[in-house]
Amino acid sequence: MLEIKNLHARVGDKPILKGINLSVGEGEIHAIMGPNGSGKSTLSSVLAGHTDYEVTDGEVIYQGENLLEMEPEERARAGIFLSFQYPVEVPGVKNIYLLKSALNAKRAHQGLDEINPVEFLKLVREKLALMKMDEAFLHRNINEGFSGGEKKRNEILQMQLLEPTLGLLDETDSGLDVDALRIVGEGINHLRAENRSFVMVTHYQRLLDHVKPDYVHVLAGGQIRASGDFTLAQRLEKEGYEGLLAEA
Amino acid sequence: MSSTDTKVDDLVDRDYAAGFVTDIESDTFPPGLDESVVRAISAKKGEPEWMTQWRLAAFERWKTMTPPDWAHLNIPPIDYQTISYYSAPKNPDDAPKSLDEVDPKLLETYDKLGIPLLEQQMLAGVAVDAVFDSVSVVTTFKDKLKDAGVIFCPLSEAVHSHPELVKNYLGSVVPVEDNYFACLNSAVFSDGSFVYVPKGVRCPMELSTYFRINEQNTGQFERTLIICEDQAHVSYLEGCTAPMRDENQLHAAVVELVALEDAEIKYSTVQNWYPGDEQGKGGIYNFVTKRAECRGARSKVSWTQLETGSAVTWKYPSCVLIGDDSVGEFYSVAVSSKKQQADTGTKMVHVGKNTRSTIISKGISAQQGQNAYRGLVRMGPNAENGRNFTQCDSLLIGDQCGAHTFPYIEAKNPSARVEHEATTSKVSDDQLFYLRQRGISEEDALNMIVNGFCKDVFQKLPMEFAVEAEALLGITLEGAVG
Repeated sequence: MLEIKNLHARVGDKPILKGINLSVGEGEIHAIMGPNGSGKSTLSSVLAGHTDYEVTDGEVIYQGENLLEMEPEERARAGIFLSFQYPVEVPGVKNIYLLKSALNAKRAHQGLDEINPVEFLKLVREKLALMKMDEAFLHRNINEGFSGGEKKRNEILQMQLLEPTLGLLDETDSGLDVDALRIVGEGINHLRAENRSFVMVTHYQRLLDHVKPDYVHVLAGGQIRASGDFTLAQRLEKEGYEGLLAEA
Repeated sequence: MSSTDTKVDDLVDRDYAAGFVTDIESDTFPPGLDESVVRAISAKKGEPEWMTQWRLAAFERWKTMTPPDWAHLNIPPIDYQTISYYSAPKNPDDAPKSLDEVDPKLLETYDKLGIPLLEQQMLAGVAVDAVFDSVSVVTTFKDKLKDAGVIFCPLSEAVHSHPELVKNYLGSVVPVEDNYFACLNSAVFSDGSFVYVPKGVRCPMELSTYFRINEQNTGQFERTLIICEDQAHVSYLEGCTAPMRDENQLHAAVVELVALEDAEIKYSTVQNWYPGDEQGKGGIYNFVTKRAECRGARSKVSWTQLETGSAVTWKYPSCVLIGDDSVGEFYSVAVSSKKQQADTGTKMVHVGKNTRSTIISKGISAQQGQNAYRGLVRMGPNAENGRNFTQCDSLLIGDQCGAHTFPYIEAKNPSARVEHEATTSKVSDDQLFYLRQRGISEEDALNMIVNGFCKDVFQKLPMEFAVEAEALLGITLEGAVG
């Protein structure tokens, strides 16, 4: 589903990704772990098409298409969803309006009509219940005055609604208390499917206890330095990045 | 100066003057302004002598005045002799009696702007007094208004049908000599709407007028007068459009509102005149004087405006709160894109006791647009317990535009309270990316952010205007990102 080959990217003059190679198959969950500043968040931003980053080399093939040539909104409509580490506030725009616009943008891409309001509300309520969110969330402005945990839950709510093919989760566990972490984890697990893959970027193992990855990769200095299964994450927890990378 | 030169000057002058005399019969006056032009405009409209004299007095006064230069605007000097001061539709005698008779091209223009006139009338029951150029063309729903006792007609008609009302109120809110542009308007005003709502009457429908400037190089000088007697209510909608144009056009309107005891006037404007091209060429110069007097106790006037058009906007819809417990409101969204310049805001003059005012101003600057908010809140010595709240927000799109705020506060009564809040924010790349990551196009994302910013004001617009306003913002900001 996703093939990343020798990906190099920089922000300004500063190279951050220095040759990433990663292959993500259908239905797989990959965890990307690494120390601060290793390029984890950059990877997810580059995959989503953030304009701050410039790809200097390499290629990314998503479902047979050259991902790097697609605009951010085209990537989104093609099923790539980024759960942001720091979701931005958009004053004056209601959450429900974003949810509906996003869903309809995707439907238009699929050649479907706009969803009818009754059906939409039913769908949203279902997802809200899943994320244990109050309906009042719909009528609040996008992320405005949300707590860190509320923002993250709101991200997963959007993901629930948009049902992406590839979910990129950027530090989704940061800023979450134990209960919120469990709800977010369940939200992600609920979406696990044969044809849906995830790339989870995280610093700690704690999210992985809730959402068990098929593969774990350690990113450092802009390159993947180690790959393995879930046990790699457990080793990391014990030995720390320094210990593990010294070995590698 | 030699005698030959004098002779030449005389000749030129004579030709000039003669030119006007012969052209009184034509549809459009040649460019130029002098006493004979003022008389000719008055004659064209068959005005009574008192009206002609009123205009002439204004003209004499105007000649002694100079254009204001305090606004944050960069305008080349305007040669008032290159402007034509009267223009009528091609065949005034064949003026249509119903919409079916209106030039289909005019209706097409409305459609392009998303203002389906016919539909709007049917759906909303809006009475439309469509003014294009200087003569009112269509007036509908007159009978229904008549039954309610509401007078809604072109000002030129009111001069004949209700001379006492016009004499009493015209120039009573905005005095002839108030400012340069208002004075010019007083001398040469073309036409506009006259609304009179008698005591205790709630106007049965929203009143709306569309103005259009369609003749090349023709100044347009509307003059609108709205009077609400005790306990009367009216909501008036004004929308403006203009087709593409190469030369700068002068537009100097005057709007006067009078609210007596417990009366309420809501005045809404959507202004989208041609703003000029990317280089700033063409576009309308919009110098408007709008003022309301809340004369009666507990009266209320509310100005709501969306200003997206014009190359230059100079406009400060104001409220003079004379009656005790009277209320003034100003809700504004002003957009400056391309090379547009806007210096706009309001004046809230608190005279009576317990008077209250609210100002919500949203300025949006994109590309090389310059947007200034200029507002005065004055609490007079008798304005016991006067209250004002001002919120003034600026939104910047890109890094070549500018936003400026000039608040003036004068408090002469110790019990009065004035609050001012101001913010400046920028549409961030992160906001745009966030929305695009959800599948929303860059343009729609920008619209979403901008409309969110304006929401407080749009909520104050009548329903059908609010929809139009959002669409208009989108058109205005096309190409502002990317």
